[in-house]
This record gives sequence, structure tokens and C-alpha cells, in this order.
Amino acid sequence: MRRLLTRLGFYLFTAWAAITINFLIAHTLPGDPVSALLAKYAGQINSSAIASLTALFGLNKHQSLWGSYLSYWGQLAHGNLGISFTQFPTPVSTLIGQYLPWTLFLVGTATVLSFVIGTGLGVISGWRRGAWTDGLLPAASFLSSIPYFWLGLIAITVFTGPGSWLPGSFSFSQGLTPVWTTSFVGDALQHAILPAATIVVSTMSGWMLSMRNMMVTVTSEDYITVAHAKGLSERRVMLSYAARNALLPNISGFALSLGFIVSGTFLVEIVFNYQGVGLLLLQAIGADDYPLMQGIFLVITLAVLAANFLADLAYLILDPRTRQEG
Amino acid sequence: MRPNRFRLPRFLRNHKAAAGALILLFFLVFAVIGPWIAPYSPDQTGTAIVVGPSSAHWFGTDQLGRDIYSQLLVGTRGVVVVGFLAGAIATVLSMLIGIASGYLPGRGGESLSVLSNVFLVLPALPLLIIITSTQQSNGWVVILVIGLTSWAWNARLMRAQTLSLRRRDYIEAARATGESTSRIIVFEILPNLTALIASGFIGTVVFTVLTEITLAFVGISVSEWNWGTVLYWAQSQDALAQNAWWWFVPAGLAIALLGTGLALLNFGIDEFVNPRLRSSGPARIKTATGRRVRMRIGFTPVTGAPGELVPALAQDPEGETL
Repeated sequence: MRRLLTRLGFYLFTAWAAITINFLIAHTLPGDPVSALLAKYAGQINSSAIASLTALFGLNKHQSLWGSYLSYWGQLAHGNLGISFTQFPTPVSTLIGQYLPWTLFLVGTATVLSFVIGTGLGVISGWRRGAWTDGLLPAASFLSSIPYFWLGLIAITVFTGPGSWLPGSFSFSQGLTPVWTTSFVGDALQHAILPAATIVVSTMSGWMLSMRNMMVTVTSEDYITVAHAKGLSERRVMLSYAARNALLPNISGFALSLGFIVSGTFLVEIVFNYQGVGLLLLQAIGADDYPLMQGIFLVITLAVLAANFLADLAYLILDPRTRQEG
Repeated sequence: MRPNRFRLPRFLRNHKAAAGALILLFFLVFAVIGPWIAPYSPDQTGTAIVVGPSSAHWFGTDQLGRDIYSQLLVGTRGVVVVGFLAGAIATVLSMLIGIASGYLPGRGGESLSVLSNVFLVLPALPLLIIITSTQQSNGWVVILVIGLTSWAWNARLMRAQTLSLRRRDYIEAARATGESTSRIIVFEILPNLTALIASGFIGTVVFTVLTEITLAFVGISVSEWNWGTVLYWAQSQDALAQNAWWWFVPAGLAIALLGTGLALLNFGIDEFVNPRLRSSGPARIKTATGRRVRMRIGFTPVTGAPGELVPALAQDPEGETL
């Protein structure tokens, strides 16, 4: 319980750090977003609206740094992430709310799949060193050094095109409206296959390599020898004795690398034109839409922190030592 | 007496390390000579627009008739320079923070450890994108920002290793003889972290290269050529829809090859330091009676008839008879 509270405290601190960084970046922005917006919508915005816009974007320079920091927190407390420049006047939170579920679905499925498959392969190749699985190692290191997005490009070239069953872009067929019907869900799944497979293939090898190393280390422990000597079945020693203990570092590694994985997923979305937060981020970069970029950073950070906390819970369940009180 | 011939350093006699070093050397050479041997200027437009590989344009041309082979050659320098400089910055930072947080007692060490965990958990790419797109980005800003955001993983490893070293007998002895903290860190701890620092540096370079290429791919700092810039144009000009595979395949292969080379070098270091990881020899050995025995760590199977014992232990892993 104490450990859980410590972790919770750490995540709260990290969230605070992310929000503060976000705020500070906003205050070093070059130029004046309001005048940029006015130039873009020349003639459409009443000049008397400038003052209210300035206040709206939180650019009131008369406020002290501390004062605007406090009002920034006040805005966040109301779920107000500002207003998007590009899709003026849609609030950033509405935009992110539309795109986020797709990203969560894609990242969630792909990450869990790749962790399970990769760890499984790692268990086998670590247990049987010198068997055919060792041949996977060079291939794995090659795959793990390919950028996600490039693998996505290749996947599109190879697997899609006229006559192919797999679609190469979008998260659902254009023209459908997102509703919970079987046909729509099926369509969405069909669109998710290639992007998810891309992420699985390129992240899997990392889990495999680290799990293999841990298995090799664990295999030479005395308790494994004892388990063999007791005459336990090969399978039982491998899974319940070796893999059970080798798994723990991999789980904490899983939590820590979620941030990297999410970043990689953004690129896959861009390549596949998948309607997720990554695509939204690309549009924001293209249009210098700072409120949108910052909103995305903040929401993604919070999501990663939440996922980390879940991984911590899993670790707590798997490792009895952490449950000791006192 | 052995004939006095040239021998590779022991580390490079590992096949993985040698292959990795060779690949790295290949790219380093191109980073130096790339811009000189490029047949065209990477920005020189031509009349042949989006044509496939030919003798005039080895890797074809892009939407403005620019030569993609030249873009890749010129871009190699950008990739290598940014990757290694940012990697060096990150490695130095991770050494300072990792060792300090492992060695310093109490609050100081703890807070440094929390700092590196914060940087580890924050999703780096959106942060990088925000920072680099808001600042007037030139090459140096990109190098600095990538370096400043990619040190955390190594710092964590160094901290763990330092923590396990600081209570060892020889460190206690050094402390007891009154050596200063800085001397203990530099002369007692640092040498024992060499392998970790080396493999950490290589791993970080892989990461910084990928980050740099990613930033270029999403359209930040496209003014200077690197492999990501080529991919950026390929993506934004719909190379896929035009079936222009020559536009993005060579760039991606170059990235993957460089990454694989560095990863192999790292495997080499790992195996050099930790012999358990070497996968030498087949796992199954046939005994004289025809039975198959599976080699297992912790067991020493006897694999020959009693008279002709050739135990595996009589040879060291480098193949030299002891």
C-alpha cells in the first residue's frame, strides 16, 4: 500500500511537471498568435473582439507570470485547453475528444499484443539457446531499428492497392458514420489490421531481446537447477520457475517505454492517415496551432501516466515482495 | 611460437561486433565524403520528374526532378553529425545524473532519480515537436533539444549499477583510506561503468538518429537534408500513390542498416562483458551412444565415451586452447 502511494505521488508530480513545462513553453512562443489569427481571418473578425481573443488565448501580457500560471491552472480545472487556431473556434478539448478514442484503441491493442508475443518468443529463445530461435535475433535487431513509419509505408505498398482486402488509409470507410453496429465495428477492425500489425512487428523484437537476456540470466540460478533435479517437467520449470521471475523486469520496462511507443504510434497514424491524435498533431504542426499541440501533449502525457499506474498495479500483483508491509 | 601476424583486437573478433563496426565505418566514410561524391546538388531541379532508377539517377528523382541518390549522400552527414552529437550530450548528462544519483546519499540522490524518471515517463516526441516548432529551429537547437530529452534511460541504468558498486569492498576500502569523493568516482567507479557507458552511448545514438529522422519526417527542420527529409517529401508528395518506391525504400533501408550496425555493436559489447549471453555452439549434442543431450547452463554434460573426453570447458570461448 505504501509503495502504491509513493508511485501515485510520483505520477502526480510528473503530471505537475508536464503542465508546468507546457505553460512555460506557451510563454516563450514567438510572435503573437492573435495577430496571426487576425491576418488569417482578415475582415471576418471585428477589431473590438481582439481584446476578448487575447484574454481567451491567455495572452494577457499585463498579468504577471505567476498570475497567468494560476489562471492557467484555473482553466485546466474546468477542462479548458484553449481554442484551436486551425479549426477556429472549436475548443481543443472537443477536437482531442474526437480523435483520442481511435488512438487509445490502436495503441492499446497493438501494445498488448506485441508485449505478449514478444515476451513469449523471448521465453522460448532464452530457454533454448542455440535452437532455431537464435536465428531470430539478427532479424529482431534489424526490425527494431526500422522506424515505425517506414515499415508502415512498406506495408501499404506491399499489402494494399486495387483488389486488396486491406485498406491502406483512414480508420473507417469514408461515408460511414461512427456508430456501434456490427458492420461499422467490423469495418473499423479491418482498417486497424495493418497499422496495428506495423506497430506489433516493430516493437515486438525489443520485448523479445530483453526477455531472452533475462531468461538466460535466470536459467543459471540455483533454484532452476533444483527444480530440474526435483524432476519437474521441462515445461513447468520453464514457465513457472524461469519465466515467472524473468518477467518482472520486462513489466517495469513495459511501463517505462509506453511513452516511446505512443510516440511511434503517432507516426504510424500519420502514414496510415488513421484518424487519431497523431494525425491531429501533424495538422497542428503544419498550421502552427500551438494550443492544439499543447493540448495533445498534455492529454497524451496524462494517458501515459495512467497506463503506467496500471502497469505498476500489475507488477504489484506479480511480485509478492512488493506486498510486504513495513 | 605463434607467427607474429596482425590480429584484430579481442573485442572485434566477435562476429557481431565486427559486422557492426564495419557497417558503422561504412556510414562514417559516407558522412565525410558524401557531399563530395554526390553526382548532383540535392536541391538541383531537373526535367525528369518522379522517374525510377536509371544510370543518370541511381535512385530516381523526386517531384522537382531532384536526384534522390544525392539527397541521401548529402543527408548522411546530417544524420551522423546530429545523431552522434546529441548522443554525446545525452550520454554525458546520463553519466553525471546517473552516477550522482547512485552515489550521493539521501535526498540529493533520490531527487535526481525522480528527475530521470519524470523524463523517462513523459512522451518525448510531442514535447520535442512542440519545443522545436516554437523555437526558430536551426540544427543546433535540434541537437541540443534531442540531447537534453534522451538521457533518462541511461541515467537509470547507471544509477542502478552505481548503487550496486558503492557498497563493494574496494570502494569501502578507498573510502576508508580517505580518498576524496571525486577521486573515488573517477578512478574507482567510472572504470567499472565503461562497458555500460559504451553500450549506453550506442543505444542513445540509435535513439537520437531515429528521433532526428522522425522530426524531419513530420516536417520540422526540413531545410537541411537528412534521410528523414527525403521521407518527408515522399510522404507529402504521395509517393505511395504514384508507386514511386525508389523514393522511400533506399532511405528506410539506410536507416535500418545503420540501426542494425549499431545494435550489433551493442550485442558485441554485451557478450564481451557477459559471456553467458554468447550463443556459441549447438544446443543439442550427440553422444557416442547416439543419445541426444541438450546443453544447459548449470549442468556439465559428459558428451563422449570415457576415453575420448573433449569437454567444452577445455576451450575458452574465443577458440584458443587453454
